[in-house]
Amino acid sequence: MYTQAMDTMGKEPGDGTKPVRSADEMRLQERFDERIDAGDFIEAKDWMPDHYRKTLLRQISQHAHSEIVGMLPEGNWISRAPTLKRKAILLAKVQDEGGHGLYLYAAAETLGTSRDQMLDALHTGKAKYSSIFNYPTLTWADMGVIGWLVDGAAIMNQVPICRCSYAPYARAMIRICREESFHQRQGYEALLTMMQNGTQAQKEMVQDAVNRWWWPSIMMFGPPDDQSPNSAQSMRWGIKRVSNDELRQKFIDATVEQAKILGVTLPDPDLKWNEQRQAHDHGPIDWEEFWRVIAGDGPCNRERLGARVKAWDDGAWVREAALAHSRKQQQRDIKEAA
Amino acid sequence: MSDINKEWPLWEVFVRSKAGLDHKHCGSLHAADAKMAIQMARDVYTRRQEGCSVWVVQSDQIVASDPGDKDMYFDPAEDKVYRHPTFYQLPKAVDHM
Repeated sequence: MYTQAMDTMGKEPGDGTKPVRSADEMRLQERFDERIDAGDFIEAKDWMPDHYRKTLLRQISQHAHSEIVGMLPEGNWISRAPTLKRKAILLAKVQDEGGHGLYLYAAAETLGTSRDQMLDALHTGKAKYSSIFNYPTLTWADMGVIGWLVDGAAIMNQVPICRCSYAPYARAMIRICREESFHQRQGYEALLTMMQNGTQAQKEMVQDAVNRWWWPSIMMFGPPDDQSPNSAQSMRWGIKRVSNDELRQKFIDATVEQAKILGVTLPDPDLKWNEQRQAHDHGPIDWEEFWRVIAGDGPCNRERLGARVKAWDDGAWVREAALAHSRKQQQRDIKEAA
Repeated sequence: MSDINKEWPLWEVFVRSKAGLDHKHCGSLHAADAKMAIQMARDVYTRRQEGCSVWVVQSDQIVASDPGDKDMYFDPAEDKVYRHPTFYQLPKAVDHM
């Protein structure tokens, strides 16, 4: 799966630190700050500042939405996978993403918002999800590149969240990261198979997919640190542990070597090793494109949201029938017991 | 806005990772009834042979201690070091006891 610096993705009205009111609340706030400073975990029923709760709820729910929407671009290729083996792998991966969404919704629910409320926010366009899923999956090579680059970027982003100060989120992330590594490896292996044993056309298909996904992938880390106003507070609270630019750099440095072994080039003429920094320099990122896609104007925004809403609406009768069946069963049990 | 009463109830899931070990809490899920909760717990939490037995219990049936009482509840055990075997210094010859 996949997340980006969700703290950059729009705010709800009423956000912002409220003035502390009573002496009691001030004591609670002090104690909370001490626990954060000491590296303690915060649990669901512990006292927490309103702004901390809201920030987490926004980040975790948008992370959950990303997992669920992220099933769509890959689900698109299940019926067209080239072999039975690849189909089974892709099915397992998409099923994992659904599971990851569930872990995250469950973590967000502990903050006092129901699953239906969160889904409502997604379906009405109030909540965001990762911009990467608003790009189309045009060829089979896209499945490999999504695993390699998109899941690779997600892993880079998610590993530090395993140490998030909010324990239910940290626990969900540990479970997710454990399952994620298979996603990246299967993608790389699928590409390697085409690059080593494929036809010229298949090799070109891989390169084309890399060209299309490279820039959106490095945008997943969010805007540069100096344009990421909420990051400082999230760092202070231990919700975020490593900055956007640091993570992006780490990802690029790791990927360059992998691209070489795969036999593809990365579509950035300015990508060069900088001996002094002991890191790769890269060319400018088109942040206008990033903000445009986040704001709803990417290639597939309307299609993705439309598919989610349709699935939810079409499933309404199933949810209601299951609940009606359960109530009937309970009444029958009561009658029999009487 | 969806009607909250139409939401399937929340269940907590406990998984025994292998025979001989305790069931351990591993997460939660929504399901219409117990049978569905067990099936979904299998699909969600044991996709990689993480378990050989699953318990589910409706979340609102769990009674928990109050985090506000944490100090009052748990601190009294802090100064009772004599409840630990390491409190007792014994001669080396019998220290394995």
